[in-house]
Amino acid sequence: MPVTVAIVFLLITVGSVVFHFWSPWWWTEVASNWGGMDDTIILTFWITGFVFVVICLFVSYCVWKFAYRKDRRAEYKPEDNKLEKRLTWITTLGVAALLAPGLVVWNNYVTVPENAYKIEVFAYQWGWKYRLPGNDGVLGKTDIKYISDENPFGLILEDPKGKDDRLVDGDELHLLIDRPVKFELRTIDVLHNFYVPQFRGKMDMVPGIITYYWITPTKTGDFEVLCAEYCGSGHYAMRGRVIVDKEQDYKKWEAKQITFEKMLAKNKNIKNLQLAKSTK
Amino acid sequence: MSKSKGIIKSLFEKPWEKDQIVIDNEHQGQTLSLSKYKVGLRTIMVVSTVIFSLFIVAYSDRMLVHDWRSMPEPWLLWLNTGIIILGSLVFHFTKLASDKNQNDKTKNGLFLVGILAYSFLIGQLLAWYQLMNSGYYATTNVANAFFYLFTTLHGLHLIGGLYFWGRTTSKFLRKNSKAEDVKHSIELCAIYWHFLLAVWLVLFGLMLFT
Amino acid sequence: MSDEYEHKLEAKSDIVSDASSVGTPGIDSVPEAEIPDQELYHSHSWWTTYVFSQDAKYIGVQYALTAVGTGLLGLVLSWLMRIQLAWPGLGWLEPAAYYQFVTMHGMIMVIYLLTALFLGGFGNLLIPLMCGSRDMAFPYVNMLSYWAFVVAVIVLLASFFVPGGPTGAGWTLYPPQAITSGTPGSNMGIILMLVSLILFVAGFTMGGLNYIITVLQLRARGMTLMRMPLTIWGIFTATVLALLAFPALLVGCLMMTLDSMLGTSFFMPAMVSLGEKLSYDGGSPILFQHLFWFFGHPEVYIVALPAFGIVSDLLSVHARKNIFGYRMMVWAIVGIGALSFFVWAHHMYVSGMNPWFGFFFATTTLIIAVPTALKVYNWILTLWNGNIQLSLPMLFSLAFIVTFLNGGLTGLFLGNVTVDVPLSDTYFVVAHFHMVMGIAPILVVFGAIYHWYPLITGRLLNETLGKIHFWITFVGSYAIYFPMHYQGFVGVPRRYFEIYESPYIETSTLLLNQFITIAALIVGAAQLVFLYNLITSARLGKKAEKNPWKACSLEWQTPQMPPEHGNWGKETPKVYRWAYDFSVPGAKEDYIPQNVPPSEVMGAKVEKT
Repeated sequence: MPVTVAIVFLLITVGSVVFHFWSPWWWTEVASNWGGMDDTIILTFWITGFVFVVICLFVSYCVWKFAYRKDRRAEYKPEDNKLEKRLTWITTLGVAALLAPGLVVWNNYVTVPENAYKIEVFAYQWGWKYRLPGNDGVLGKTDIKYISDENPFGLILEDPKGKDDRLVDGDELHLLIDRPVKFELRTIDVLHNFYVPQFRGKMDMVPGIITYYWITPTKTGDFEVLCAEYCGSGHYAMRGRVIVDKEQDYKKWEAKQITFEKMLAKNKNIKNLQLAKSTK
Repeated sequence: MSKSKGIIKSLFEKPWEKDQIVIDNEHQGQTLSLSKYKVGLRTIMVVSTVIFSLFIVAYSDRMLVHDWRSMPEPWLLWLNTGIIILGSLVFHFTKLASDKNQNDKTKNGLFLVGILAYSFLIGQLLAWYQLMNSGYYATTNVANAFFYLFTTLHGLHLIGGLYFWGRTTSKFLRKNSKAEDVKHSIELCAIYWHFLLAVWLVLFGLMLFT
Repeated sequence: MSDEYEHKLEAKSDIVSDASSVGTPGIDSVPEAEIPDQELYHSHSWWTTYVFSQDAKYIGVQYALTAVGTGLLGLVLSWLMRIQLAWPGLGWLEPAAYYQFVTMHGMIMVIYLLTALFLGGFGNLLIPLMCGSRDMAFPYVNMLSYWAFVVAVIVLLASFFVPGGPTGAGWTLYPPQAITSGTPGSNMGIILMLVSLILFVAGFTMGGLNYIITVLQLRARGMTLMRMPLTIWGIFTATVLALLAFPALLVGCLMMTLDSMLGTSFFMPAMVSLGEKLSYDGGSPILFQHLFWFFGHPEVYIVALPAFGIVSDLLSVHARKNIFGYRMMVWAIVGIGALSFFVWAHHMYVSGMNPWFGFFFATTTLIIAVPTALKVYNWILTLWNGNIQLSLPMLFSLAFIVTFLNGGLTGLFLGNVTVDVPLSDTYFVVAHFHMVMGIAPILVVFGAIYHWYPLITGRLLNETLGKIHFWITFVGSYAIYFPMHYQGFVGVPRRYFEIYESPYIETSTLLLNQFITIAALIVGAAQLVFLYNLITSARLGKKAEKNPWKACSLEWQTPQMPPEHGNWGKETPKVYRWAYDFSVPGAKEDYIPQNVPPSEVMGAKVEKT
């Protein structure tokens, strides 16, 4: 019996390691500048994996070696200060080794470079929209009170900086490769989270405030956007696409996006048309 | 008398060692030299303090948002504050009277405390009525909502206190009015009354100054 | 093995030999009791004995049965969810139903099963018995606590039958989503959930009052704090945490109830919900998250600390060895408890709170790993040089070490703020918390039930059925949750009704989902074996002798087993030693119960030599 139990525990340990190295399930190739996150994970894996294996092997050994015998007595040993102190220090060191690189990467993550291109990601139940700054490079101010059919983003009409903002129709966003981009995250209803697995970044979108994070796309390609914060019964279907382009393709796409001013005019025309129709 | 040495210090004892065993065998199995009721009361006061503190934190956080409109304090609240202070004072003297076994004084004190507590509650309801009449509903602004929430919770605490006040008073009346029998209950109720006074002063002050 | 330690051993046997040489009758003397014996309520009818019982032992069993009953519902809900995830093509569930099941499963397991079972169940059963008291400090309030819990459960279950069904807001109940129309059960369901939680907190506070005061004030003579079994330390500290943390849940629930019913704006900002402008303005959803996790993180330890305590005792008894580093274990329990109030926002790294908080909370979170790791070391060092009986409680304890270790280590991933960014809200999180606060504590619960069942029924559970139950549960649940971490690495988000084939999610990930579901169904079915064992053994199980595991702690030393009302017969026990005098050199038996006076130990020694 003790031998069997020890072997099963041993198998579970070995099995876990084997699974880790040989299973097909692993992360997608990183497509942004956040390879540092992957490195931190790998480091964490080595340290925690080592602890896991050592402790599990220790348990298996004890189960086998110190199995019950009637003629044996366990050792009477209330504590061992020296050993406990040593273990405390080793653990503290290990934990510090995990934490320090993590904090460095986090510092980068929350410090947005000044030249980052700002894009508004606009979330609602259940879909995505995007807004690009116009030629002035500044996103116009918004207020939820201004939201209407004609003004779906709720741009403040009096703010001149919003006039040239490009509104992306449809849930497909294009990004320019190697240009740092700051996502300004905005939601008009509940919590959402703008998540592209290959970019690694993530941040909740909270109604009432604008949250943000930044990335630099490093690979061209077509990626899926998912909502990573539960937002009601359509949560699982709240997806979109991000396409990272080289400059030429990107310019082409950008030019196709309509500005706020033009959209207002277009809406007005449509309205006038409808008005004209109804009066006829 | 039980040893009420610091709990922290006791955490460093080595219970398996010879010297410690001799000391431990003398222990009476009680950590604080207080009645279980008093420990119970203190625990409840700690829990209530945590509840009110969290509300205050929420209040302070919510206050910073642009839509906050402070609510006027009706004069009635000042009167109620006076009543609750008086209630606490009377309870203090009732406790002193019961300590000295002064039966009549104790009885009168208990009645008076009850009357004051009920007046306070009625006064709070009237303050609600006044505010609602002037259009300050909970939905009008979140500052008002906090006011109604605070007063309700504080009132519920007082109603809970009145339950124990009622038990104490009826016990006192039944047992041929001997102050000695209810001394401990009166002491506990008095502590609770002072606690509720303190809570009210903090809440009222908070709403007054913001 | 240091010299210092050898020296202590000598000191230990000194007591024995000193005493025998002197042989004074005074050796056993204990000062007269200064505290009067507790007055007890004696029931007179069937109703007051078995239903509205005021005896902590009965209340404990009532709590446990109610909690397990509710937990079984939680288990069934998890099956339904898993089937949906594995075979979405079946059209088995609607998205709304799926989210409702997710929510109810989570809330039931965390609050109504684990919290109620550890504190209400094991707390009531073990505190008076292990401390040597006759009953809880306030038996009547204790009874009210249980019935408040029952009402809370009924209200919770009632939400299945109201229009719109139970809430589907996720167990974290984040506003605004919890009370807006895009979420299932956002009218009646969520309100019943909030009311149920408020009732639970009220009921728990009444119980908690009892647990704390009984431990502090009503112990047997000679029972110092540091002589208490770690089980009591765990339950006691968890209760303190609960009394300080539940208020945050209460405050959050109250404010959200008002937001939902009256239309106040505590947590609700201005929003356009599904095309409709709502009248809320200015509220802060993140404030709710702070309140929720200020409760929610200590809640993890409210479940974990009793499990830590119980598993320490199980390991010690069944390895016939004192728990290694008892003092360190106590410090770790208290330290983890205190620290648990300073780590809550590690659940909120990507919540949109000020990102600079990340530095602080990552640091505190990783600091809390140190005392936790020390506990693991001390458990395995207890096995070292022990005399390990592979009884069922020991098997479950060993399995606990492996699963807890695994879950604890993945906690280091998520606590470290950078690593959390890609992993948060994926299946890695789901796997982590199920391993660490689902499987690990449940394994302790099973170990504890196999261990203390005789104390309740006077009979042992069937060993063969127990082994079947153990192996399927342990290996099966490991097979469920270990691979699930890797789904998280792939980037599969949690709380997805259906994953679909995505450009980055390969078919093999979907196959893994099917494997996990099959494992979950098997593990779930194995619990039927356990239930069968639990029911039949009460009547037909092997009669247990007194103190069947040869334990030192007081609960096994009552004059009758199972203990009768008042626990101790005429006089409450006197305690002469700590709860871990196993394999004391020189003693005849390999254990010395806490209430055995030194003279009897001497006698044993004389006999032997």
